[in-house]
Order: sequence, then C-alpha cells, then structure tokens
Amino acid sequence: MTALQEVATRKPPASASVRREALYFALRNPKLLIGAAIVLLFLLAGLVGPLLVSATPNEYVGKPMDPPSSEYWFGTTTFGQDVFAQFVHGLRTTFLVGVLGGGIAAIVGMMVGFVAGYRGGLVDEVLNMITNIILVLPALAVLLIINAYLGIRSVGAQALFIGLTSWPWAARAIRAQTFSLRGRDFVDLARLSGANTWKIITREIGPNMSSYLLLTFILLFGNSILIASSLDFIGLGPTEGVSLGLMLQNASQWSAMQLGLWWWFIPPGAAITAIVGALYVANVGLDEVFNPKLRQT
Amino acid sequence: MLRLDNVTKVYKVGAFGGKTLTAVDRVSFDVRPGEVVSLIGESGSGKSTLGRMILGLVPASGGSITFEGTPVKPGKAYYRNVQGVFQDPFSTFNPVFKADRVFAMIREAYFPGVADADWTARLRTALQDVRLDPDQVLGKFPHQLSGGQLQRLLIARALLLDIRLLVADEITSMLDASTRIDVLNVLADLKERGLGVLYITHDLSLGHYLAERTVVLRHGEVVETGVTEAVFTRPLHPYTRQLLAAVPRMHAPWEDAEPVETCLYHKHGATGRLYAAAEDHLVACARLGDCPKES
Amino acid sequence: MSLRVTDLRVHYKTLKGDVRALDGVSFDVGDGEILGLAGESGCGKTTLGKSLIRMDGRMRHVGGKVELDGEELPIGDDRRMNPFRFHKVSLVPQYSMSAMNPTRKIGRMVGELLRSRGVALDQATLESRLDLVGLPREVLQRYPIELSGGMKQRMVMVISTLLDPSLLIADEITSALDVSTQKSVATALAGFRESGVVKSMVFITHDLSLTYQIADTIMVMYAGKLAEKAPAKTMVEAPRHPYTKLLIDSLPEVGVRHTERRLAGIAGSPPSLLDPPAGCRFRDRCPLAFDRCAQEPPPVEVEPGHVVACWKADA
Repeated sequence: MTALQEVATRKPPASASVRREALYFALRNPKLLIGAAIVLLFLLAGLVGPLLVSATPNEYVGKPMDPPSSEYWFGTTTFGQDVFAQFVHGLRTTFLVGVLGGGIAAIVGMMVGFVAGYRGGLVDEVLNMITNIILVLPALAVLLIINAYLGIRSVGAQALFIGLTSWPWAARAIRAQTFSLRGRDFVDLARLSGANTWKIITREIGPNMSSYLLLTFILLFGNSILIASSLDFIGLGPTEGVSLGLMLQNASQWSAMQLGLWWWFIPPGAAITAIVGALYVANVGLDEVFNPKLRQT
Repeated sequence: MLRLDNVTKVYKVGAFGGKTLTAVDRVSFDVRPGEVVSLIGESGSGKSTLGRMILGLVPASGGSITFEGTPVKPGKAYYRNVQGVFQDPFSTFNPVFKADRVFAMIREAYFPGVADADWTARLRTALQDVRLDPDQVLGKFPHQLSGGQLQRLLIARALLLDIRLLVADEITSMLDASTRIDVLNVLADLKERGLGVLYITHDLSLGHYLAERTVVLRHGEVVETGVTEAVFTRPLHPYTRQLLAAVPRMHAPWEDAEPVETCLYHKHGATGRLYAAAEDHLVACARLGDCPKES
Repeated sequence: MSLRVTDLRVHYKTLKGDVRALDGVSFDVGDGEILGLAGESGCGKTTLGKSLIRMDGRMRHVGGKVELDGEELPIGDDRRMNPFRFHKVSLVPQYSMSAMNPTRKIGRMVGELLRSRGVALDQATLESRLDLVGLPREVLQRYPIELSGGMKQRMVMVISTLLDPSLLIADEITSALDVSTQKSVATALAGFRESGVVKSMVFITHDLSLTYQIADTIMVMYAGKLAEKAPAKTMVEAPRHPYTKLLIDSLPEVGVRHTERRLAGIAGSPPSLLDPPAGCRFRDRCPLAFDRCAQEPPPVEVEPGHVVACWKADA
C-alpha cells in the first residue's frame, strides 16, 4: 500500500538504488575524495577566513614587506596590506566567479544543447551555427573591446562575460548526449502520455544525464576560475575588490618576485593551481564513479 | 476504426539528403474494433515505421491514416484513444525512475482531478486486467521487474485511458518463452473487450496464435493480406511461402521452399496493387491465376 | 568423447556477492555431435559457452573441470588458454556485425588474423569453406559493411573454423537475424559438422524449435543447473522434467490459435542466483513439487542418453 500512496501523492520518485551504488563507489574513489577535500578546504577557508581577520583586504595595517609572522600569517605587501586577509577574501571572489561563470555557461549550454539535440532539423542547424561562431570567437579580443567601451568593473560582469563565452563546448557535448537519448523508447512513451517538449527535456532526458551534467558543470566551474584569474592578471579584471588573480597582478606589478616577497605571490598562485587541479582530479574520479567501465575493480 | 490508405514514408539519406529511401510504399489496410491484426515482416520491411506513423511519432510522407474517419493528429486527444507499447521494456521505462511513474504521467496529463482513492482503485483494476499483482509491481524500479511484467505494466497504462486501439510493436521479442505467452494472452483479452490491436511482429507463429487478420510486408510493400487462417494455410505469394517454410517448427524438420528470387512473378507484385484471390484475401501478384492455389 | 565437462562451477563477482551462474554442471559431447544448449535468460547457458573458451573479467572458475579430447582445458587461466583458442576451441560470437574490423577488406583481415596466430593462410581451404557456407569468393575483396547480416554471420563462421577446431561454440548466432537468414545460417553451421571441419559443437540459443532443427542432443538448463538432457526428438516429444514440459507447452507454433488452444506461461520467475535456495531450483514454480524437492534432485540417466534432474522424472 505504501507504493500506491506514493503514486497517489505524486512524490518525485528518487532513484535510490542507483544513487546508493554511486555513493558506494564515490566513497571508495581516492581521486574524487582527494579532489573534493582540497576544493572543500579552500571553500571553507574562503567562507570562514574573512570572519577571522578583522582587516578589510586593502587596508594598510602593518609594516610594509613583512614576512609571515604570527600576527600576519602570510606576511604583508609592499604597502603593508595583510596578504592573508587578501587571500581569504580573494578565495571568496574566485569561488563566486567560478559558480556564477560556470553556472551561466552551464545554463546556456544546457538550453542550447537540449533544444538542438531534441528538436533536430532546422532548429539544430541554426543553434549549431551560433555555437560554432561563439566557439571560434577570440574571447580575449572581444573582451578587450568590451573593456575599452564599457569596462568590466564588477565580479558579476566578469562572470557574465565568462559565462557567455565558455558555453559552446558544453552545448555541443549535451547536444550529442540528448541526440542519443531522444531515440530511446521512454521519450516516445512520454510523447504518448501527452508531454510537451519542455517536459520531456526536463523530466525525461535531463534526469538521465544528471551525472553528465554535474561533470560538465564542474569542468565549467574550474574553467571559469582559470579564465577569471588570467583576465585579472592581465589587468582586465574587476577594478574594485580583491581576487586571487588580482593579487597575482599586484604582486607582479610591484615586483614582488624581484624583491623576494614570495609570500605575496605563492599563496594565490598555489591556490588557483590547487583548486583547478583538484577540480579536474575530482572530475576524473566522478567519471569513474558514474561510468562502470572505468571502475578499476 | 483505423484505416490506412496508400501510406508512404520516404526518408532522405546521404550527406545532403540527396538520395531517398522508401521505407513504406503505398500500404493500405484497416483495423476494426475487437480484432487483432498482425503486421508481419522482417527487418527493413517498414513494419515499425508504420507503427510509429500510426502513433503519430513520425509523419507520413504520403497517403492518409485516419482514425474514426479523422486524420491522425498527434496530441492529447488522439492518445486518449490510441496508445502504443514498444519492443524493449527496459528502454521504455526511464531507468532513473520507478516503474509506476508511467501511471503518474497518465494521471497528471489526463486525470488531474481524480481523487487518490478513486485513482488507486482504477490502477488496481487495470493491473488486474493484465494479470499483475499490484502489490508485487508497484513502487519498484524497472530493473527489479521482469520484462514480461514491464510490458504488462505498459498495457495497463494504456488501459487507464479510454483506448480503442493499441499498437503493440514487437512487444514480445525481448521476452523469455515462458512469459511471452502471458503477454500475448493479455492482448487476446483486450480484443474480447472490443479493442482493436495492431500486433507488429517478425515471428509468424506468434502472429498466427493471436491475429484475426494478417498483413505480410516486404520491403515496405504489402505482399499478402487477409484472414489469418487463409494466409497461413493457403499462402499465395512466394514470399509468404518462403517465410512460412523458414520458420523452425517443433516436431517437423525444415522443408525447402523456392527462394523468392526465383519466382517469376514477384516483380509484377511491385505495382502497389493488390489482387483479390478470395473474399478478404489479397495478394500482390499479377499472375495469381497461374499459381497453384493449394500448396 | 570429444568434450567432457565435470561439475563445472563458475561464479560472477558482483558488489553484493557471488552470483552462482553455473553451479555444478556435468555433461559430455561426443565426436560429431551437435549439442543444443537451451534455456531462458539467466539460466547459465551463455556463461557455460564463455567458460569453455574465454571468461570475462568478472567470472571466476570455482570448481569442476573441462576436458577436450582427453586433455584438460585450463579455463580459469586466461594466458594458458591462449594456445587452445582458435586451434582447439573456437567461438562464433553473437554480434558478428561488430566482430570484423570495418577498415580492412575481409580477405586481408583474415590473413592478418591468421598471421597473428602464427599460421599461414591456405587460400584453397578458405575458398572451399566459403563454398561450404554458400558465400561467393568475391566477399574477400569487400569490406564488412558491404555484407548483409546473414553473410557477415557466415563469414565469421568461416573465419572461426579455419583451423579445424575440435569444438565450436555458437552463442545465439541467429537471434539477431531474420527468419529466412536464420535458416541458411543454421544450415551452414550444421554443414561444418557434416563435412568434418569441426568435431563437435555447442549451439546455444533460447529458441527451442531452432535447436530442434539442427542439434542431435538438447540440454535444457535452469538457474545454473542442468534440468534435462536428451536426444532432440525425445526432448521435444517426451520430455520428463516439468520445466521442459511447461516450456514446450508455452511455445506457440504455426498452426496454434489462441481461440482453439490457449497456451499458458510458467508463473513466477527463476530464483536469484546470488543466494539460491536449497533443493530443486524449479520448486517454487513447479506444479508437481512435493516434500522431497527440498533436497536437490541429482541428474539421473532415465534412459540411455536421457538425463533428468527431477525426483518425479519417472512419473
């Protein structure tokens, strides 16, 4: 009778056993565990860190060029700013750009990919053309132009730009997956149940690709952190606030390397490398969890 | 009830759609209430394409398909009367959801106002009609059920609607011998309730077991059609004879039949015209008069 | 005796434990004999076929032995099995569609394949074998994609028997084919035995009526065990195991109409082989089951060549 009640109340049915199996492998996958642990560690630092330091990141608090000490854990800059305060605030920005940029790219990529793959025909051809145009667009050149005219001043604008330029490959991958799922009988059955295109995409095809979509988002997330840091470093980043990329840019601009201020550029550089690297490692691990063929046992 | 009139399906193939492939060529037949019509053909005969056209899943390129006199228009209203069950039960159920979600989908689309208790009662009746124990099959994932149970769940799903016609496309070909017959018997029961069933199959013995009338397809064309008894006991077209001879039987070794290529007449059959050999027994063979009627 | 299998046990490793796909099966295949292996999905027939030539990664040889022409096959040892494969035991796979390299012409592919096994290609033998299965010699100059399903299946049959193996295993080779192609492939397969190319054959299929057409002996398996083994004619006309009886009764043949004779399936489903129940495995679905079925019925030879694993075999 419990089963009948479930039908009756139309609870969203959960794929319990599939999930349990995924969890089983997830907890035994060293790549995923290590990758996720590193990312979470930095996320935690970004979330909790700013609460621990009283200084705002760009405030001049101490002696200039002070090496790491118990007072200033990561030392100070040439101007006497607390590097640790900048680092933890920068982590926040970096994660924010990653989530926003990756999120926007994932949403656009999913929309385009699902619609093109499911509808096919002319719709597919038009969307494919747009995808290819964006794909070959030199993002950097466009950014320079946009920056010259409008100026990217905020983290949000930067994330929007990254999101709007990095979705094409995701769209293509999702399109291919959708295309192969479209021919499955359960899609036909949904049509025979009177479901429209939107319902079929969101309730039949989407859930089938959830693991794939998660992997795509993680890659887009890491990618967007990397692009943001590069943009910041060449001076096309947001003009206010602080991010790991901006820290690197400042360190380079004020000759931290030549002056031997290693504590200024190593933390942000190492953090970017570690986060992006850990995301990729976790992604490979997740792939192994979801794809039985890649499992080692 | 369902009438097909010169239905044709042409696919564009090749890199730029330059070539065409005729999958279904001027097919005409009808399905009446309370009868099972079996559509028999080998791979590439166009039998599944026909099924999908009747269900409105692919549009026809030519000819007309009408249900109760009105042309087929895919949509909620049509699917209330006409439903389908497909070949692979494990592909028809979305593997990430529980199997009984197919019922919830019907309820959501057609019966949103029905109270829970009423719906539960209807669901139980439908499951009993297909000889399934509701307590055994509800609340499970597709992989926890057998192929035969899944196919019967899908028939029950169709019965929740006021269907008049069920298109069953190779629904038993993935099932084990010991469960397949139960699914066939369920189809036979539907007929007793006045439903029309179009049973698409490559298996002649299953078609013979179930159907009142038989349509034999070859390369998208009807080669022979008529009352099942007549088609199976007095096959007129050489292709039908060849098929019947190739079916492995128990208790009797394979017999030899002339291969269809050696038939002098089969080319003449490709005119899209069917000749009446007897009442309700049509054959696509121009030289029917020369054929020995008893074989 | 060409092939002798004694108490063979093969398990599948899964997350939940070992699945006993093959749980103590013994049988012989004589010289020049075609053994038809029939049963429903999950009965262990494919596992048996694989065990005789190549186990996949999840399979483990747990017990029992396989002898071919008096020599024991090291079936659990992938590397030591290699010299036997293709030379002594060969397989016609189910999906011949994907068994051939699509980028090579067939003739060239056959030559490369033989060289990799350290054998020179004998053109005359190859051509006579093509004649045997009714393929024109031009197929050697063609790419696999240019052949129809039935032709590909016959080509794969020719390739896998080029070295005159003692035992040929054919696993569901006709199930993806059309009725008329099915007949020509099955007939060609029987032709290998008639012409002495292979000594014995195990023909695996779910279609009992097809097995009946070409096999000398039929062995029906149920839930990882032998249920009944008998000469083809006996199996179809006078089966003794209740499962075989019910199975044959559930098969509609051309000539049977539901209005005249309503057939019935077998209620219930086979037990899980993860932790199979003690006693007869068909007990829960069997109309004849009685107290004694709680003990496992041993396979007993009720007549010469007719083995049944049922307490009521004499009934």
